[in-house]
Amino acid sequence: MKKKWFYQSGLVAVVLSLLLAACANNEEPASTTTESGSGAASGDVIKVGVLHSLSGTMAISEVSVRDAEMMAIEEINAAGGVLGKKIEAVQEDGASDWPTFAEKARKLISEDKVATVFGGWTSSSRKAMKPVFEELNGLLWYPVQYEGLEASPNIFYTGATTNQQIVPAVDWLLENRGKRFYLLGSDYVFPRTANLIIKEQLKAKGGEMVGEEYTPLGHTDYSTIISKIKEAKPDVVFNTLNGDSNVAFFKQLKDAGISAQDITTLSVSVAEEEIRGIGVDVLQGHLAAWNYYQTTDTPANKTFVENYKKKYGEDRVTADPIEAGYTAVYLWKAAVEKAGSTDVDKVKAAAKDLEWDAPEGKVKIDGENQHIYKTVRIGEVQSDGQFKELWNSGDAVMPDPFLKGYDWAASIKPTD
Amino acid sequence: MEVITLQLFNGLSVSSILLLIALGLAITFGLMKVINMAHGELIMIGAYSTYLTQNIFNDYLPKSMFDWYFALSIPVSFLIAFLFGLILEMSLIRFLYGRPLDSLLATWGVGLVLQQLARSIFGAPNVAVTSPSWLDGGVTFLGAVLPYKRLFIIGLVALTLLAMYFYIYRSLEGRRMRAVMQNRDMAACLGVSTRRVDAMTFAIGSGIGGIAGCALTLLGPIGPSLGTYYIVDAFMVVVLGGVGKLVGTVLGALGIGVFNTMFEYWTNASLGKVLVFLCIVAFLQWRPMGFVAMRSRSLDS
Amino acid sequence: MLTVRKLSPQRLWLLAGYAAAAAALFSAPLFLSDFRLNLLAKFLAFAIVALGLDLIWGYTGILSLGHGIFFGLGAYAMAMYLKLEASGGRLPDFMGWSGLSELPFFWKPFESFGFAVLMGILIPAVLALFLGFFTFRNRIRGVYFTILTQALVIITATLLVGQQAYTGGTNGVTGYNDILGESIASPDTKRMLYWVTAAVLVAVFIVCRYVVKSRFGKVLRAIRDGENRVRFIGYNPAVYQMVIFTMSAAIAGIAGMLFVLHVGIISPSMMGIVPSIEMVLWVAIGGRGTLIGAALGAVLMNWAKSEFSTTYPQGWTYFLGGVFILVVVFLPNGLAGLASKLKLSKTREVRSEAEHDGIEHPAV
Repeated sequence: MKKKWFYQSGLVAVVLSLLLAACANNEEPASTTTESGSGAASGDVIKVGVLHSLSGTMAISEVSVRDAEMMAIEEINAAGGVLGKKIEAVQEDGASDWPTFAEKARKLISEDKVATVFGGWTSSSRKAMKPVFEELNGLLWYPVQYEGLEASPNIFYTGATTNQQIVPAVDWLLENRGKRFYLLGSDYVFPRTANLIIKEQLKAKGGEMVGEEYTPLGHTDYSTIISKIKEAKPDVVFNTLNGDSNVAFFKQLKDAGISAQDITTLSVSVAEEEIRGIGVDVLQGHLAAWNYYQTTDTPANKTFVENYKKKYGEDRVTADPIEAGYTAVYLWKAAVEKAGSTDVDKVKAAAKDLEWDAPEGKVKIDGENQHIYKTVRIGEVQSDGQFKELWNSGDAVMPDPFLKGYDWAASIKPTD
Repeated sequence: MEVITLQLFNGLSVSSILLLIALGLAITFGLMKVINMAHGELIMIGAYSTYLTQNIFNDYLPKSMFDWYFALSIPVSFLIAFLFGLILEMSLIRFLYGRPLDSLLATWGVGLVLQQLARSIFGAPNVAVTSPSWLDGGVTFLGAVLPYKRLFIIGLVALTLLAMYFYIYRSLEGRRMRAVMQNRDMAACLGVSTRRVDAMTFAIGSGIGGIAGCALTLLGPIGPSLGTYYIVDAFMVVVLGGVGKLVGTVLGALGIGVFNTMFEYWTNASLGKVLVFLCIVAFLQWRPMGFVAMRSRSLDS
Repeated sequence: MLTVRKLSPQRLWLLAGYAAAAAALFSAPLFLSDFRLNLLAKFLAFAIVALGLDLIWGYTGILSLGHGIFFGLGAYAMAMYLKLEASGGRLPDFMGWSGLSELPFFWKPFESFGFAVLMGILIPAVLALFLGFFTFRNRIRGVYFTILTQALVIITATLLVGQQAYTGGTNGVTGYNDILGESIASPDTKRMLYWVTAAVLVAVFIVCRYVVKSRFGKVLRAIRDGENRVRFIGYNPAVYQMVIFTMSAAIAGIAGMLFVLHVGIISPSMMGIVPSIEMVLWVAIGGRGTLIGAALGAVLMNWAKSEFSTTYPQGWTYFLGGVFILVVVFLPNGLAGLASKLKLSKTREVRSEAEHDGIEHPAV
C-alpha cells in the first residue's frame, strides 16, 4: 500500500511538472493577454483578437499565420502603435473545431471587446464565425485563399478568391500543359466548389475532365487513387488536397514512378511551409498557384522575410497565407488611422480603396466586396524548397468572388 | 492487367501497413486488455525518432553515410517507443488493469498530452523525413511498378511478425507472458513476477508501435496529430481479427486492407471507407469475437 | 403535496439543495452577461447528453463512444428547420454552391418546427433501437460494443462529410435568423432559449431519476453487475439494454437540438470520435452512476476547458489531458464519488446510492 502511494505521488509530480511546462510554454513573447476591463479603444491600448487553431489537425498550418500576425502587431507597437495606442493581442485557440471558432469569436467580441479579429484558415471555420460577426457587428480579417461566392460585410478577405488563383491557373494550364484534367481534392467545401468552377471553365474552354476524386480529410493512402490517375492518363492533376494528405499523396506519387515530367501537378494548397514538411526531393518540379512566394522580388518582401526569420528562426519560411495574415494586420492599421477610430463601421468605410505596399506587391481593398486586389503567380518548386515564378498576371487582379465577369460561370451562383 | 496486378499489390500493401500499426495493439489490447488510445501517439513517437535519427546523421556524419540512417532508425524508434511504453506502464497503466474502459479514458488523456508535447518540442507544422535513396524507385512486375518502399514495409511486417511469433510462442519470456495473460493468479503462484511481465509486455507492444511510426515516415506525414489518423483503424483490425491471437490480427488486416482497396477502386475513397466499416459492423454481428476467437470455458471472460 | 409523507431531516436537506440549485439555475440570466449565459446554456445542453450517457454507462454498464452520432442527428434536424427558416423559401446557400437546384425531398418537411423536433428525437431513437436490436441480441458487449460504436461514428461522419450537397459537408449547417418567427440573435430570445434548456434539463433529470429509482432501473444495475446472472434469473437483458440505449439516444438528440439553438452551427466535427469520447469523459469526471454527478461533470469540464483554453491558448491541452488522467486513476467514481467518500468518512453513514445532497450552482 505504501509503495502504491509512492508511485501515485510520483505520478502527481510528473503531471504537475507537465502543467508547469505548459505554463512556461505560455509565456512566449507572443502572448500578451492581461486582465484589463477596458474596452477596445479606451485606455492606452487597443485590443485585437487572434483566433487560429493552435491544437488539433489544423495547427500544422495555422500556427505560422498566427506567428506572422503577432509579428506585425509587434512591429506596429515598436513603431508607436495605432492612433498613439499600443495594440494588445488576445489569443484564442480555435482547436480545429468549427463550433469552437464560433464560441471564441463571440467571446472575443462581446467579452474582450476587441476592435477586430484576425483569424481562421478553413472555409468551415470562416462559415462558422460569419454569423457571429454579422450578429455582433464585429470585424474579421480572413487570410487564406478560398472558394469565393461570399462577401460578408463584416469580413475582409486578404487571401485570393477563385478568380485570383484557380481560374487563371486553369487558363494557364490549358494553354501550356494540356487539355486533360484530373481533379483531386480533400472532401470539403473548398475543393468541391473549386472543382465545380473548374468543370464549367473546362467545358467553356475546350478542356476535358478525365477524373474527379475526393478523399476524406486526413486520408493517408493514395495508392488506389494513383492507380486511377494512371488509368485516366491526364495531362494535368489539379490538386486541391489539404494539409497532411498532400504529404502522403506526393510521397506515394513519386514512389509510383510518376514525376513532374510525366504529369503536371498544380496545387493550390501547397506553399513553402508545406514543402518543408513534405520534402523537396518529392516535390521538385511540381507547380503551385499563389499570389506570393518567399522569392517574390519586392522591397517590402525582403524586410518581411528577414524579420520573420530573425524572429522565429533561420529555418522558418514565409508563404502566401503567412504573408496574407501579415498584410491583414497592416491593412487594418491603415484603415484605423484613416478613420481615426476603431469603430467597425468607420473602419470599413475608411478601408474602401485603401492601398498598401505588401510583401506581395501593391494591394488594394475593393470597397464593394472587401476582398483585395492581388497579383496571380504560378511557380515551380526548385531544389532549395523555394518557388521559381513561371508566370504572373502583371497587374493586380480585381477580386470577383461571384465570378460575375465570366460568362461561363453563369450557372454558379450562390442563392443569397 | 497492369491495373489488376497493381490493385492486388496495393491491397496487400495497405494490409501490411494496417498490420504494422495494429501489431503493437494486438499485444497491449489483445493480450493485456488495455485499451491504449495513446497507441497512435506511440506511433508518432516512432516517426519523430526517425526524424531525429535522420537529423543526427545529417549533422554529424559524412554525407555518404546518410542513406543508412534508416537502417538504424528502426531499432532506435523501437527503443524510444519501448521506453515510453515502459514509463507509461509503470506510472499509469498498472493502476488500470481489469478496468479496460477506464484505461481507454486515461490513455486518451495521455494521447492529448503527448500530442501537445510534440507540438511544443518540434513545432506545430509537419517535419520532413527524406527517405533513403536505396528505397527509391520500384520493380516492374507484370507491367506494374511495385515501389520498393511498399515492398520494404511488407518485408518489415513479415520480420516483425516472425520475431513476435518466436518471442511469444518459442521463448521463455514469451511463455511467462502467455501464462500471465491466461491465468494471472496461477502464474503468480508458480513464481512468475507478473509485475515484470506486465511491464515488459506493454513496453514491447509500444515498441512495435514505434517501428510502425518509423515505417510510416516513408509514406505519410510526420506531425503531432499523426497518431489520430491510424488509431481507429488499428482497433478495427484487432477486433475484427479476434482478440488474443496473432493469426487473427493478420487476417483482420488482410480483410480490411484488401476490401478497402477494392471498394475504393470501385467507388471513391469516402464511400470505400464507409463500406468497409459497414462490413466490419455487420461481420461482428455475425461473429462478435472476430475471425479467430480464443476458446474459453469461462462465461464472463 | 410533500407534507403528506413524513420527511426525515436528511431528505429535507436534499430537497432544499435541489430547490436551491433549481433557483440558481433559473435565475442565472439575471446575473450573467449575454456571452456567459450563452456558454452556460451550451453546457446545460451538454449536461443533458451526459445524463443520457450515464443511464447506459453508469447504470447499465454499456459504454458507447458513439453518442456524438445521436447528438449530431438531433442537432441536424433542428439545424435543417432553422436553415430553411433562414433561407425563406429559397434554396439553402450551401446547396447552391454544391450544384443543387432544387430542395431535396427529405428536407421539405423540416419547414415545420414540430416535425423537426419530432425527428430530432425519433431519428436518433430509431437508429439506436435498430442498432441495439442486433447488437444486444448478439450479445456484443463490453469493449467490443465500445469499438463497434466507434466504427459507427466513422461511418456517419464520413457519410455526412461526403454528401455536401445534402448535408453541408464539413462546414455543416450554419447561418440562422429566426426561430418560430423570433430573431434568434435577440437577447430576449436567447434568454427564453436558456430557460427552455434549463427546463428541459430539469425534466430530463427527473425522468432519468424516476427510471433509475424504478424496478426497471434495478434490473439495469443488475445487468451492469452481472449480465449472465440476470439472464439466468429469467430476464432478457437485451430488451432492457435496447430500451435504455434508445432512451439515451433520444436524450442525446434533444440535447443536440438545444445545442444548435445556442451555438448556431452543427458540423460533422461535433459527431466525430473526439467529441464522443469527450462526452464520456464528462460523465467519468462527474461520477458515473450518479445523475447529478454526470450533469455537473459536463458543466464543470466544459467550463474548465473554456477557461483553460482562454488563459493558456498554447498549452491548455496539457491541463485537460492531465485532468483526465488524474481523475480516472485517483477518482474512479468521479467528483460525486469524492463527495460521497468525504461524507462517508465524516458521518460514517452507509448509503446504497451515491446521490449526494448540497448541490451547488455550477459556477460559470
